[in-house]
Amino acid sequence: MVLWICCRYAVVIPRNLDLFNLMLPAIDVRQARKRYGQLQALDGVDLRIEQGEFFGLLGPNGAGKTTLINLLAGLALPDDGQLSVLGHDVVKQYRVSRRLLGVVPQELVFDPFFTVRETLRMQSGFFGLRRNDTWINEVMHHLDLTDKADTNMRRLSGGMKRRVLVAQALVHKPPVIVLDEPTAGVDVELRQSLWRFIQQLNRDGHTVLLTTHYLEEAEALCTRIAMLKHGRIVALDSTLNLLSSLAGCRVRLKIAGYLPATLLPQVVEHTDGDYVLTLPSYQALESMLAELRVAGITVQEMTLQQPDLEEVFLRLVGRAVQ
Amino acid sequence: MWKVGFQTVLAPVLTALLYLLIFSHVLAQHVEVYPGVHYTAFLIPGLMMMAMLQNAFANSSSSLIQSKITGNIVFVLLAPIAYWEFFAAYVLASMLRGLVVGIGVYLAALWFAQPPLLFPIWIILFAVLGSAMLGSLGVVAGMWAEKFDQLAGFQNFIIMPLTFLSGVFYSIHSLPPFWQALSRFNPFFYMIDGFRYGFFGVSDISPWVSLMVAGGCMLGLTLLSLGLLKSGYKLRY
Repeated sequence: MVLWICCRYAVVIPRNLDLFNLMLPAIDVRQARKRYGQLQALDGVDLRIEQGEFFGLLGPNGAGKTTLINLLAGLALPDDGQLSVLGHDVVKQYRVSRRLLGVVPQELVFDPFFTVRETLRMQSGFFGLRRNDTWINEVMHHLDLTDKADTNMRRLSGGMKRRVLVAQALVHKPPVIVLDEPTAGVDVELRQSLWRFIQQLNRDGHTVLLTTHYLEEAEALCTRIAMLKHGRIVALDSTLNLLSSLAGCRVRLKIAGYLPATLLPQVVEHTDGDYVLTLPSYQALESMLAELRVAGITVQEMTLQQPDLEEVFLRLVGRAVQ
Repeated sequence: MWKVGFQTVLAPVLTALLYLLIFSHVLAQHVEVYPGVHYTAFLIPGLMMMAMLQNAFANSSSSLIQSKITGNIVFVLLAPIAYWEFFAAYVLASMLRGLVVGIGVYLAALWFAQPPLLFPIWIILFAVLGSAMLGSLGVVAGMWAEKFDQLAGFQNFIIMPLTFLSGVFYSIHSLPPFWQALSRFNPFFYMIDGFRYGFFGVSDISPWVSLMVAGGCMLGLTLLSLGLLKSGYKLRY
């Protein structure tokens, strides 16, 4: 049955944008805790995301990413701690905070009774927007949904349904957009068009919080990244710093002779004079070469390998780096 | 509601008409519940109220359980909607369906008999109160149930017996004393009796008593629904 809702009275006008508001963090999480039975899903998370950032939230399954998003969106209630969106507490000022937030949920959910356009109009209605067709058309255009505007949701492919989910999150033009694994199971074409649109929104000043399992996506898109593990943040830095400071670098060496014993702990691969070593940083390269000189070993070939986010991720979540 | 109008409006109207057709043909010659009131005419308000109650309950409960199971409840939960607005939306939608079905049953039943409309205010009052009460009960049931099976149990083991044992087809004065006394614990009885008073100006008990009982039940269910919604019971984990 159609949910008959009149949100007219739910409209709360956010504060006018002024200098004070520009200084507010887009998302501010302080000591957020959430427990489900025996599982401590979030264990004192602190996180501050500035306005205009493209922020990545990474972690293995069950790390607490979706729980954190659910707390921000009001889909779950925190046991402890404070969470706010552009300075508005998500529990006490939920009307404003939810208006400022656009969430793309992880599950592929839809209302089977409506067409794409009806779905987006209905979603606009939930936010008190009655005449929103101009923006709805624009969003559908950017997400390549215009041809499917009058198609029932049941008849759409998985990828198309995913696009509608993104469109639903954007109908009220939220300044902060949360994407919970929006490209899971989505083809390359959609992924690219989706990222172009989201990057455009980010350039227009929207803050984006992204969780994804595609680490190359996070590496390419996000300016800062937080990594969650067992409900705690285990790393929080700019993407560049994470890549350089945590992953260090890999060096492939071809040498005449044997590697000095002091360097052996850093060896991860070894075949007939070929060694692959991991170094904690590029600075460590100089001391490694010095040790080889002192030992009188000649380097015949040397290749430096760029670290990637996967390496950082694996190291932080405690798996062996191959 | 209109997208599934066959299921939500026409089907219950047809069901009520079948009851009317069968019961009036079988019993009309043998039963006169109120002096001067034909049994078929007596039956119409009862069937109207039964259809309103059942459909108001089905509307809110099935909307909620379906949204919960398919997951699209998330779109409502993400919106800046207060718990009392959520309640009001579901209950108003239930009332709308209940009243549309009730009017549909009345119009279709006019073919068989034309019951008088002596006190329209009482009719409207009990129609609104009854559908709101069951809409509210549907919100509670929809929140509580986690699968369709549980909701069907609620409908078949609570709503249906309370409806059928509420005097839709008879006056409780025709029951043995024990069942007569038991009927007075059934809130549906008061709604049907008060509603029928609006048509015929005759009832088993005072319409004021019925109004108080129905109003009290409505208040209790409203407070229960609002309390559960405010706490996020089975909605916001």
